[in-house]
Amino acid sequence: MTITRSRPAIRVSGLGKSFGDKLVLDGIDLEVAEGTIFALLGPNGAGKTTTVHILTTLIGADAGEVAVGGQDVAADPDAVRAVIGVTGQLTAVDNLLTGEENLLLMADLHHRGRDQGRRRAAGLLERFDLAEVARNPAATYSGGMRRKLDLAMGLIGDPRILFLDEPTTGLDPRSRRTMWQLIRDLAAGGVTVFLTTQYLEEADELADRIALLDHGRLVAEGTPDELKRRIPGGHIRLRLADPGGLEAAASLLEGAVRDDEALTLRVPSDGGVRSLRAVLDRLDRAAVEVSELSIHTPDLDDVFLTLTGQPDNDPDQEMEPAR
Amino acid sequence: MTTLSYAVADSATMLRRQLRHMRRYLSVSLMLIGMPVVFLLLFVYVFGGTLGAGLGVPGGGRTTYVAYVTPGILLMAVAAGATGTAIAVAMDMTEGIVARFRTMAIFRPSVLTGHVLGSMLQTLLAVVASLAAAVAIGFRPNATAVEWLATAGLLAFITLAVTWLSVAFGLVSKTVEAASNLPMPLVFLPFLGSGFVPTDSMPTALRWFAEYQPFTPIIETVRGLLLGTAIGDSAVLAVAWCAGITLVGYVWSRKLYSRDPVR
Repeated sequence: MTITRSRPAIRVSGLGKSFGDKLVLDGIDLEVAEGTIFALLGPNGAGKTTTVHILTTLIGADAGEVAVGGQDVAADPDAVRAVIGVTGQLTAVDNLLTGEENLLLMADLHHRGRDQGRRRAAGLLERFDLAEVARNPAATYSGGMRRKLDLAMGLIGDPRILFLDEPTTGLDPRSRRTMWQLIRDLAAGGVTVFLTTQYLEEADELADRIALLDHGRLVAEGTPDELKRRIPGGHIRLRLADPGGLEAAASLLEGAVRDDEALTLRVPSDGGVRSLRAVLDRLDRAAVEVSELSIHTPDLDDVFLTLTGQPDNDPDQEMEPAR
Repeated sequence: MTTLSYAVADSATMLRRQLRHMRRYLSVSLMLIGMPVVFLLLFVYVFGGTLGAGLGVPGGGRTTYVAYVTPGILLMAVAAGATGTAIAVAMDMTEGIVARFRTMAIFRPSVLTGHVLGSMLQTLLAVVASLAAAVAIGFRPNATAVEWLATAGLLAFITLAVTWLSVAFGLVSKTVEAASNLPMPLVFLPFLGSGFVPTDSMPTALRWFAEYQPFTPIIETVRGLLLGTAIGDSAVLAVAWCAGITLVGYVWSRKLYSRDPVR
């Protein structure tokens, strides 16, 4: 296992794709370590779904190399298909079949024995809280139920790598929380998760690493905290015990903005430990007492705005190319 | 398991899926099976008296016409099944589930073979229903066991051919509506051939088409096998047409299915 551990679950270099004369992906490079959750974050039309389609062998790339589970997607697509599970943006369930029949269909296609397939299907229905509606046609399911069934179908084959294309788009907040917990549990069980999302909050909640995709290019990549730290606007907020303390602190810390009424001080900071310690040391030496302290890092909204030059929900964004 | 046993297992799985679909769409399945029977009754009881008299056979009339029209009705049942197949394939391609199948390590054409096998079963059921209805209203074939077997084989072969062709129609159509229109000409072919009236009663241009189109030699062969009329070179032509249409339909379908999916 040590060998597979050192090998990334997904490795993409120089990935390019055009539809007609529209360039959709323009030289994407990324690596996803085994057992981690990776989020590809971007607005509509950024190329997220196209990336997932190429990584899951659904469509071919025009340029670059893509290896999933150590196998080249172009050279040996079946070897890739054997280790992945996919949950599509449009839920990939058979609406005419019941939830149970959908799962048994997947079990049959994974060439599981009848009994093993039934057990696995029953287990997943139970785990995903679908046992009660197992014998109803999937067409009658709510959005949240369909997503869960969709995810369960992708898990029948015990995939090592799971692709989730916008797994919570269109779900109500409660269903979204449920889905998040399911995804976390899967990753905890050692499954590598590659998810796309247009929700900053979702990437922040789930992902070990995030890549920002904008107009077919990766504009940033890192852990959520790394990304936030790259953005100016972070600060430390201090509340002092009395006006004297505020006065003293303000004179010690340059660039601080004071609020006399609330007895608070806003000190610019990158949010890192080093800068925090420097501020506290300085106050300590002057024996200024701090009654409350909080660190404000910019959220991913700021990251998006700064890196792409536009808010993520710009209504003028181009839609996914109609093909 | 070997590649072949995967191919068989996956196709069987897809066939089961198809049969479940048909059960859920029971009204469509029943319509496809019932339609040729309705046409049989219509032609025999509404037009049959007059058309039978026009056949120029001594003692013509309704009974004579039942014998004449039945092979045409059987082919009509085959052609009607084509519409159902094309619609089912086109609908399937719009569903996310097919995209999922493409990302799984399964025998790739199994989605298509499942459709073909399912449609063939449904169509052959329609053929048997039409034949049973024909016998019930006075169709009296004089075929031997071997001739019955040959009839069944030929009808299965043309069903295979038409089904693969309609799978391609379903794949090439961008919408379900288009898929339901494409096989329409097939439904008319028995009319524009020797299915309902002898071709020599038609005007020259139409007769030329009627004699050279694929369904005519098939109808003539079935008629010959069941009723002992002259077959001539129709049998060879019939088999050749079936083989040709099957090949075109199969190769075209494979090509359409293996290209990158368009959403």
